[in-house]
Amino acid sequence: MAARAITDKQTLIEYLEAKARRLRWDIIKMVGLARSGHPGGSLSAADIVTTLFFHEMRHNPDDKDWPDRDRFVLSKGHAAPVLYAALAESGYFPKEDLWTLRKMDSHLQGHPDMRKTPGVEISTGSLGMGFSTAVGMALGLRLDGRDSRVYTLIGDGESQEGIIWEAAMFAAQHKLDNLVGILDYNDMQIDGLVSEIVDIQPVADKWSAFGWRVIEIDGHKVEQILDALDEARSVKGKPIMIVANTIKGKGVSFMERVVDFHGKAPTGEEIDKALAEIEELGPLG
Amino acid sequence: MSEKRATREAYGEALVELGHEYPNIVVLEADLAKSTTTVKFKKEFPERFFDCGVAEQNMMAIAAGLATTSKICYTGSFAMFATGRAFEQVRNTISYPKLNVNICPTHAGITVGADGASHQTVEDIALMRVIPGMTVIVPADFYEAKKAIKAAAEIDGPVFIRLGRAAVSTIFDDSYNFVPGRAIRLREGQNVSILATGIMVEAGLKSSEELARQGIKAEVINVSTIKPLDEKTIIASAEKTGKVVVAEEHSVIGGLGSAVAELLCEKHPVPIIKVGIKDQFGRSGEPAELLKYYGLTSEDISQAARKLTAL
Repeated sequence: MAARAITDKQTLIEYLEAKARRLRWDIIKMVGLARSGHPGGSLSAADIVTTLFFHEMRHNPDDKDWPDRDRFVLSKGHAAPVLYAALAESGYFPKEDLWTLRKMDSHLQGHPDMRKTPGVEISTGSLGMGFSTAVGMALGLRLDGRDSRVYTLIGDGESQEGIIWEAAMFAAQHKLDNLVGILDYNDMQIDGLVSEIVDIQPVADKWSAFGWRVIEIDGHKVEQILDALDEARSVKGKPIMIVANTIKGKGVSFMERVVDFHGKAPTGEEIDKALAEIEELGPLG
Repeated sequence: MSEKRATREAYGEALVELGHEYPNIVVLEADLAKSTTTVKFKKEFPERFFDCGVAEQNMMAIAAGLATTSKICYTGSFAMFATGRAFEQVRNTISYPKLNVNICPTHAGITVGADGASHQTVEDIALMRVIPGMTVIVPADFYEAKKAIKAAAEIDGPVFIRLGRAAVSTIFDDSYNFVPGRAIRLREGQNVSILATGIMVEAGLKSSEELARQGIKAEVINVSTIKPLDEKTIIASAEKTGKVVVAEEHSVIGGLGSAVAELLCEKHPVPIIKVGIKDQFGRSGEPAELLKYYGLTSEDISQAARKLTAL
């Protein structure tokens, strides 16, 4: 929210980069303390989620049910840590709650639960479905005549789910230009490389063919994320898919491009090393 | 019991009435608007009707998303696809977050008829009943179906209402007061309880007449809400008669028979015979032929009742 007040683009970028480092730091700490979770795909999405929550989206943690708010749906629900970090940093709940992730009695479930965690728009975790619910939200908001926008983050492995493409056709049919999908394309899923398991390429062409406006970016360059989201606002009559090329585990050298860190928490010394590496990248926002 | 109407016919009619009462009711269909009769709502409120095409899973998740924007959603399609193909969407995106989506598919059971086993779901009650928080209603006739569909708009959380294709005798009329969760005693008797649901209620009533001629006084209870089950009414009847026949157009595994057995074995154990489809798939045929083939006639209920009363 504070980022809205920043008018100078370079200052904004630096502000968001620092925020993204903060989210990455929180992700490592919370997954480390939980001793389980999905750090790889949380880190790859950190820059995107940061830009959405701290600049792009209209939302108010003090009035979480504000009907005119923009919505964020984490369709790749296993990246819950990045969402929780963004929600806590935004002020939806106390920061210390993060350290209860995945524990008994914590409102921070292994996958997002809208009935437990303030700020979670819909429960996700079973892949493909969050995307489809986001389409339903965009439709519902348009029915109400609201100008709210819906942002949904999907995974590349998740793109193997059939419902993604059912929902893609429906959204294009209904010209949902208030819907922005973002594909966190890190080319890794639990069993290995997406390209070696069931390749989703040519993925930009696929979305294009399904009637979406496609914008391809480097998902770790805040400036490109900002520009893509701006461009998305100018698109009329079709939904938008931002294909964000990312690196799994981004920001921690020994986690980058390591498939095993899809669903494995760093332990002991790894946690300290990872936190130190993130701190060395620059100040935390 | 002269008029014959399919419970699915109640869907379109009830939806149109609901559409006038509730500006936030939205109807979703999966390419079966004419069969399910949701087309009636489409004609009246085209801006609030969304045909998702042949994509039942997407239909359910879209409904969940709409429900988060304060809509009350009703979904169409056939029971096989709404509860089977889209099971996980119903479970994870609708029921887990307790959203207001009313799943009212038609063409349930074997009375779908000629289409055969691929379209005849005999497992849908079981599938919906195991989901935490799901209300499960199987109306006995057109009037009960219409009342139940309308009542669902006021039930917080997901509701499954099982509707049929075939025209069946009406038991109630427009003055019938449907209360979710309440089983209704239609005939009083002391010798045996017949707990029936859906189209088997009519068969249960017929059976009670056959049994009466043979000197057996059967109590007939319409258990239209299978979840939450009207435990009080069922236990009271079991206490009175000591023998229970359960009748449903569904597998004997997981449906009303199982629900009643689960309840009574804990609270008041009595002999139970389940009249239902005996762990089999359906097949093509005329509804009446199929009901006879699968042992779902009034005579099958009477036979079970006689067996119990002879004990």
